[in-house]
Amino acid sequence: MIRTRVIATAASVPEQIITNDDLARIVDTSDEWISQRTGIKERRISSGENTSVFVSDVAKQLMEKAEVTADSIDLIIVASVTPDYGTPSLACMVQKEIGASNAVAFDVVAACSGFIFALSIADKYIRSSGYENAIIIGGETLSKVIDWSDRSTCVLFGDGAGGAYLEKAQDGGILFEEIGSDGKMYEILTAGYTACSNVFNENPAGVDPLWYAHMDGREVFKFATKNVIKSLNKVMEENNITQEDIKYFIPHQANVRIVEVISKKLDIPFEKFYMNIERFGNTSSASIPIALSELDEKGLLERGDQIILTGFGGGMTWGTMLITW
Amino acid sequence: MVFEKIREIIAEQTGKDIEEITLETNVKEDLDADSLDLFQIINDIEDEFEVSVENPEAIVTVKDAVDFVESHK
Repeated sequence: MIRTRVIATAASVPEQIITNDDLARIVDTSDEWISQRTGIKERRISSGENTSVFVSDVAKQLMEKAEVTADSIDLIIVASVTPDYGTPSLACMVQKEIGASNAVAFDVVAACSGFIFALSIADKYIRSSGYENAIIIGGETLSKVIDWSDRSTCVLFGDGAGGAYLEKAQDGGILFEEIGSDGKMYEILTAGYTACSNVFNENPAGVDPLWYAHMDGREVFKFATKNVIKSLNKVMEENNITQEDIKYFIPHQANVRIVEVISKKLDIPFEKFYMNIERFGNTSSASIPIALSELDEKGLLERGDQIILTGFGGGMTWGTMLITW
Repeated sequence: MVFEKIREIIAEQTGKDIEEITLETNVKEDLDADSLDLFQIINDIEDEFEVSVENPEAIVTVKDAVDFVESHK
């Protein structure tokens, strides 16, 4: 059976580290408050580099690690809610940067579930359309859609990118997915609204307050815990596996407290959830691939291990994927 | 009984002894709970009693939660 296998992973984050103490100097907050409620200690924030810089760096690292040439790349998909432009897509910018002239390149928008949605699309291309490989990246510079005077949101997010190089294989790889959307709830988590302003408007708009990330914390918390629990249960039940068969769960890094609830309610030891939120904050579509790349880099995954990626976020969207490494 | 069940939910979430929780207990102040603990307590109450808490800020004491559930279930 044709499968899609992860061959290499990579991450690229800004050099600039912003600690909780740094934030306490610009808004009324504290290291204790942020750590206790989110698990975040520091995050990487761009010094001006836009998203294309980080996603292009990830693509270059992936090609190097997988030892493939640019002209052999068939597909490039980037997931992001903070691209450099409306058009071109980040994927086309990556294509230019690495010289992958034979690839099809486009972006997807599914916020924090974006990397899983992009993997899902690539899996279909590879399994049914004759594509041999793909570069899949999640990347963000969320710092440009953050209101840095709003202490309820500015402490949560970070910038960076992560990705995976995939190839057609005969077994293993992506085994099962469960993805979904619930658009009727979209208003509980938004960012990047641009009003329709044109020369024929009577009242042309300036920057709308909804440009900045806006979140109904309690509703998002509730959505995340309920949907991830349901989605993880479904994936494990339909594949006749239990948490004991899974080496690592790699959840979207939004808030350590969300993961604690999931761990407790599903009776999965917390140590099985790979967490790095304390160093990166919530990087939306980049969070799962950055975590995956760390696991891989540290040598914590062996071929044949089963892992589960699970994401949830704006849209609202969610996605869970069972992968044999 | 609503009070007993709510006591259990709060004790589980805050890690406090069940005896420490009375009707007069202020969840945040007396039990050292933060806003996320309160979220989870309210989520669990919603699931347990199949109610929907539209205004979580109105729930401050254990009695507020018990009264809410008794008047909405």
